[in-house]
Amino acid sequence: MALLEIKKLHVEIDGKKILNGLDLTIEKGKVHAIMGPNGSGKSTLAYVLAGKADYKVTSGEVLFNGENVLAMQPDERAAKGIFLAFQYPMEIPGVATMTFLRTALNAQRKHRGEVELSTPDFMKRVRETAAKLSIDTEMLRRAVNVGFSGGEKKRNEILQMSMLEPRLAVLDETDSGLDIDALKIVSEGVNRLRSPERSMIVITHYQRLLDYIVPDVVHVLSKGRVVKTGGKELALELEAKGYAEFADEAA
Amino acid sequence: MNAEVRKIKTAAELALVDAYAAAKPKLPGTGALKALREEAFKRFDAEGLPHRRVEEWKYTDLRALMRDLKPLAAAPDAKAKALAKNAGKLLASVESRKLVFVDGAFVAELSDLTPEAGLTITSMAQALAKGDALVTAHVGKVVATNDVAVALNTALMGDGAVIRIAAGASIARPIHLVFAATTPSSMFTRSLVVIEKGARAMLLESHEGASDYQVNAALEMVVGDDAHVDHVKIVSDGAAALHVSSLMASVGAHARFNDFSFTTGGAVVRSQLFLRFDGEGTVANIRGATLLKDRQHADITLVADHVAKGCQSREIFKSVLDGESRGVFQGKIIVRPKAQKTDGRMMTRALLLSETAEADNKPELEIFADDVQCGHGATAGALDEDLLFYLKARGIPAREAEALLIQAFIGEAVEGIEHAGLREVLMEAAVAWLKARG
Ligand SMILES: Nc1ncnc2c1ncn2[C@@H]1O[C@H](COP(=O)(O)OP(=O)(O)OP(=O)(O)O)[C@@H](O)[C@H]1O
Ligand SMILES: [Mg+2]
Repeated sequence: MALLEIKKLHVEIDGKKILNGLDLTIEKGKVHAIMGPNGSGKSTLAYVLAGKADYKVTSGEVLFNGENVLAMQPDERAAKGIFLAFQYPMEIPGVATMTFLRTALNAQRKHRGEVELSTPDFMKRVRETAAKLSIDTEMLRRAVNVGFSGGEKKRNEILQMSMLEPRLAVLDETDSGLDIDALKIVSEGVNRLRSPERSMIVITHYQRLLDYIVPDVVHVLSKGRVVKTGGKELALELEAKGYAEFADEAA
Repeated sequence: MNAEVRKIKTAAELALVDAYAAAKPKLPGTGALKALREEAFKRFDAEGLPHRRVEEWKYTDLRALMRDLKPLAAAPDAKAKALAKNAGKLLASVESRKLVFVDGAFVAELSDLTPEAGLTITSMAQALAKGDALVTAHVGKVVATNDVAVALNTALMGDGAVIRIAAGASIARPIHLVFAATTPSSMFTRSLVVIEKGARAMLLESHEGASDYQVNAALEMVVGDDAHVDHVKIVSDGAAALHVSSLMASVGAHARFNDFSFTTGGAVVRSQLFLRFDGEGTVANIRGATLLKDRQHADITLVADHVAKGCQSREIFKSVLDGESRGVFQGKIIVRPKAQKTDGRMMTRALLLSETAEADNKPELEIFADDVQCGHGATAGALDEDLLFYLKARGIPAREAEALLIQAFIGEAVEGIEHAGLREVLMEAAVAWLKARG
């Protein structure tokens, strides 16, 4: 059974149709890249998977491990293992990153009927994980993303992902705003999490990221539908030719 | 000029007139103090209870809100004292000197009167009766105001604390004035705290009670030059209580004055702060946090009057409003002509947790000097949906996500309190409030 099955998904926001019969199946352990022009609906897909309320699913199905995701609250989806690394991570004044991580981790454990992590165990894990991502522990004491640089925010998303160990990670343009060194650190962080049990959707505009995080499958999204699917060489082809061909096809 | 024909007195106003007439012979103080009462009473008699057409009381129509007058509280009996035995326990984790007032009267046996160098404590009732010099010098004079709630307090003031902290003294433990109400009565307490030059002290004030009662508490504070004073007031009155309190403080030069109002209790709460900065170079932080639910109404009305030059005042007030509650903040910064280089900044933020809650903000600046930096800001709104989604997307359930954001919101005001133990107590109280919310 596939980990994620999206069937003929139609989504609107404020009466505007954004996803138009999107189909996508992801097997366990696979990394799928999604590319596509600005406004084609990539972030929309990511948000719909995470359960953002503004989006209205008018028809179609999303199954995660065979379960209907669309009927679940966002926190329930997270506890089941869906993680979204935001294209624009939010700043949360007054909530320390450490508190945020701990609250999230324990809430998920509680939901799954697992015991909460003890303070020393949590601290040990967060320190180790942060170190691997070159995140200073001082940053963990600061409020979530407040005053963080663009790159720091993205790294913080990967830290959260590494701590929460999801089954499906959706990375929405995690490479944007990263300098070359940070791109390597983040990619290594992502690659460490690759496992036969974990799948990923990597949304990006740039082939370069896919040199580091090598995808099993590449999709092109245009006007709310998957218009082409191929192997990692498809990304190279897109880099050379752009999206012109697909714009016509979807029109 | 009173074009409007005075209305017929309300039941509460008539009861106040009667109560004053009946109590007058027994109220402590003679001579000038008696005259002070009489004058204050006349003021009330002429104007009645403040109502919505009195600008300062626009959002809190006391005349309409105060349907009756509870009988003036009698001296607490053994039962009342027993009920008040655990009063002030919210602050149990803060090592303090407790002075306990039950139904408005000082109770020595529940209080800590261990002598300490530089500290003098008397009960206001005794001080008034004796015509104590400190009291005659300051009561009714620290910051003059025409406010009728203050006038009523002056007319009917019974007991309270009179505290003097000698020049240069540093009082180790916070002094905690515990006001506990045990009967459905009305209480008029008056306290005077004089902190002399270079002294340091922390004054805590908590109000609590179970029944349906009425509190009118006034506190006059004289802060000397170079003094460092922290004042934290906690209003956790009973759900049916009416609480009106007034702080009148004059602050000297190069002083540090930190004030915090924490409000979760009471049906109707009006907290007034009349602050005057008389000496230059003082730094003041005036803050507050209010958490309301159901049909609670709480009003903070603040006047920060900069008379001397070069003072800095920062005002931050936050409110969290649930149910059909209403939170009012009125803040006025006045900068007198001589108060050049004043730096005053006032911010008020309301978080609305329900569509039926209401926030009223009225910030004002009255500036008569040309070289000043003053500003104010006000916001009111619901919790940020995008932030909530971010938290939920990490697996945090909706209610918990809300609680986390609300705590952070309140925390921004509370973190300014210098005493770490007190910060913890207040954050715990906020968490308890959130838990009770469900
Ligand atoms: N709240 C909204 N109201 C109306 N239209 C919206 C709203 N949110 C998104 N859209 C529209 O939906 C379309 C898809 O947006 P989406 O963010 O999913 O694109 P994207 O593929 O992620 O683009 P990018 O590559 O620029 O990140 C865009 O045309 C966008 O303007
Ligand atoms: Mg996008």
